[in-house]
Amino acid sequence: MNFDFSDEQKQMRDEARKFLSEQCPPKAVRAVLDGEAAYDKDLWKGLAEMGFLGVAIPEQFGGAGAGHLELCVIAEEMGRALAPVPFSSTVYLAAEALMLAGSDAQKRKWLPKIAAGEAIGTLALFEGKGNPSPKVIKLTASGDSLNGTKKPVPDGAIADFAVVAARTGSTGRDADISLFLVDLKGGGVEVKELTNIDPTRGQAEIIFSNARAEPLGATGEGWGIISQVLDRAAVLLAFEQVGGADRALEMGRDYALDRIAFGRPIGSFQAVKHILADMYVSATLARSNCYYGAWALSTNAAELPEAAAAARISATQAFQHCAKNNIQVHGGMGFTWEFDCHMYYRRANATALGLGSLSYWEDALIDRMRKKNAA
Amino acid sequence: MNFDDTPQEAAFRAEARAWIAANAPKQYEEELRKSSLGRTQLKNANILEVARAWQKKKADAGWACLHWPKEYGGRGASPIERVIWQQEEGPYGRLSAMFIIGHGMCGPTMMAFAREEHKRHYLPPLASGEKIWCQLFSEPAGGSDVAGLRTRAEKKGDDWIINGQKIWTSGAHYSDYGILLTRTDPAVPKHKGLTMFFLDMKSPGVEVRPIKQASGQSDFNEVYFTDIRIPDHQRLGEVNDGWNVSLTTLMNERMSIGAGVATGFPELFEFCNNLMLEDGPAIEDRSVRSRLANYAVKASGLKYTSMRAISALSKGERPGPENSIGKLVAGSMIQEVAMYALDLQGAAGVVSGPEDAELAGKFQAMLLRAPGTRVEGGTDEIMRNIIAERVLGLPGDIRVDKDVPFNQIPTKGRS
Repeated sequence: MNFDFSDEQKQMRDEARKFLSEQCPPKAVRAVLDGEAAYDKDLWKGLAEMGFLGVAIPEQFGGAGAGHLELCVIAEEMGRALAPVPFSSTVYLAAEALMLAGSDAQKRKWLPKIAAGEAIGTLALFEGKGNPSPKVIKLTASGDSLNGTKKPVPDGAIADFAVVAARTGSTGRDADISLFLVDLKGGGVEVKELTNIDPTRGQAEIIFSNARAEPLGATGEGWGIISQVLDRAAVLLAFEQVGGADRALEMGRDYALDRIAFGRPIGSFQAVKHILADMYVSATLARSNCYYGAWALSTNAAELPEAAAAARISATQAFQHCAKNNIQVHGGMGFTWEFDCHMYYRRANATALGLGSLSYWEDALIDRMRKKNAA
Repeated sequence: MNFDDTPQEAAFRAEARAWIAANAPKQYEEELRKSSLGRTQLKNANILEVARAWQKKKADAGWACLHWPKEYGGRGASPIERVIWQQEEGPYGRLSAMFIIGHGMCGPTMMAFAREEHKRHYLPPLASGEKIWCQLFSEPAGGSDVAGLRTRAEKKGDDWIINGQKIWTSGAHYSDYGILLTRTDPAVPKHKGLTMFFLDMKSPGVEVRPIKQASGQSDFNEVYFTDIRIPDHQRLGEVNDGWNVSLTTLMNERMSIGAGVATGFPELFEFCNNLMLEDGPAIEDRSVRSRLANYAVKASGLKYTSMRAISALSKGERPGPENSIGKLVAGSMIQEVAMYALDLQGAAGVVSGPEDAELAGKFQAMLLRAPGTRVEGGTDEIMRNIIAERVLGLPGDIRVDKDVPFNQIPTKGRS
């Protein structure tokens, strides 16, 4: 049994960690947090040069052609560093949708640009409150033009193109939904930045008024593609979450070792130790669930839907748990703008919602386990 | 990343599987598979006898205590082969419960500290289940604080005279031998005055009294020692070095990987799949699904944590400390699972008699046994301390009794 990443993959993780510790220190995250830029353009370029943006994109489309396991290790490091770049939207959502459903021409147009850091992509799925479901999609497509509003769209204000979920039927079935590719720099597209709990990764509202669009995949197959994209993205984002959870745990541990109160390091008090031990437990459970997700993703196993849901739930819980308790261990200082704790807290709670909330994935997991049980 | 055996592992697995298929007591397979916490009995057989027969059969064919050297009754197998065996043994592994302490703790301690002639004499019948061993550490005044124990050992000529009391000794009532931690010098700080021995449980002056647990069962005992005599050659390690010897024992307890800790989740999931609530199937209820999902990811998290450890073993590495989480997570989870399963039964959840209760009272039995899982083998709090100190590197507790002679440590709280 070799239920672990290979030495080469671990080496890639070390490279990514080194690169990000140099190019993405907390002050770089802060620059975006403070609104100095919409995202870190230099970092984005650097990631492209390192080959990280196209790590899972086939070589014929300008990528490294490595695979999803390699992307998982990069994702973990991106989460650890809170990289303030549109990585998850472009790489996990847009690129995966293109690779799953794009025509050869569409792949040739966008994938090399993604790998080179020259195009930012996203998935425009949500339309206000609610979780992923064909029912919440009201935006309509007629011919090659779209009408309706999407929000929140991750990184929508800086994206060059979007994969848009649209209604093309009214039977009340999944087949009512189709996907379209829209060049967001074209006409009929109005973008409004939305203030959100984690400004280091933007959210936007996009209004489509007779916007020009081209189909992505066959008509009526949109929901099937979205489901697959969400499962893949759930595993990848879960690695980001585990990276963030681990870092929050380390920050709490380090503070508990350094901070003296009542004449001793606060880490010698059991009340503090036990908080940190529980953080370690949740982060470890999440990591193990993520490994299973990575295996299922990389082998395109039939277990992927179940594994993705488990990874997503476990990693969401772990990151939220570690981020909030990191603040608790820091006490008052943890609640200052100056300390970095809140950046992890913000990211943890924003990523908990992006692909559908915890309760959505809980429901999905049990659905999928039931189906396996019945089969 | 894969779950595949190496060719050598696959060959070993095939051999183990074939032997088990030909030799296991299949008539009990279903019952053993369905057994759960607080419910491991066989209806028409004495489980102790079935367990001993299975262990002997394994030993005769070289499948007992696989990782022990052959000369001591083992197979000289690698750690990963031991795990593969456990996977293949499956439900029959539950028959090993009465041997776990002897094989997991007493045997390794003997191997590390006993004289060669003792090892050759005592270890093979321990491996084969012909002799059963217990571990005599905990005392009324020393549970989590095991170094606070008070059982005295005093040298008289070539022998040691033992007086005192142990508690929570699993299986003492059917054990032939035990390893015993005693105090040999009360005038020095507590960790520095302990000595380890092994003894014959049939020695004159040993009295075993079963403890009736809160669950109504009796898995544990109190053991009283009145002037029992242990020859010095049965001492394990140096005089007053018993604390270090005991660390070997405890380390081995926590090294056992792959056996899989019971969480109660598979039972709960199956129960919910078949349960009808007032408004329809329980499994279609949003709140039920949410609870189930939370338990599911803990159970799968533990499973894949153990897979990661097994992978480390397979590569010849030492598994990391992440395995210390198993008992902590599973212990409180099985208690919550049992409570929730009763909650879903409504008022009828109170009924526990096997004839009248849902699923023959499986979850009721689990509930009543569960408090013990959070205490035995290291309380939840001790496990958290271990994770915090040994994994995360946080400082140890400030110990007010560390440098105080044992006989000057206060023994009463409010006085």
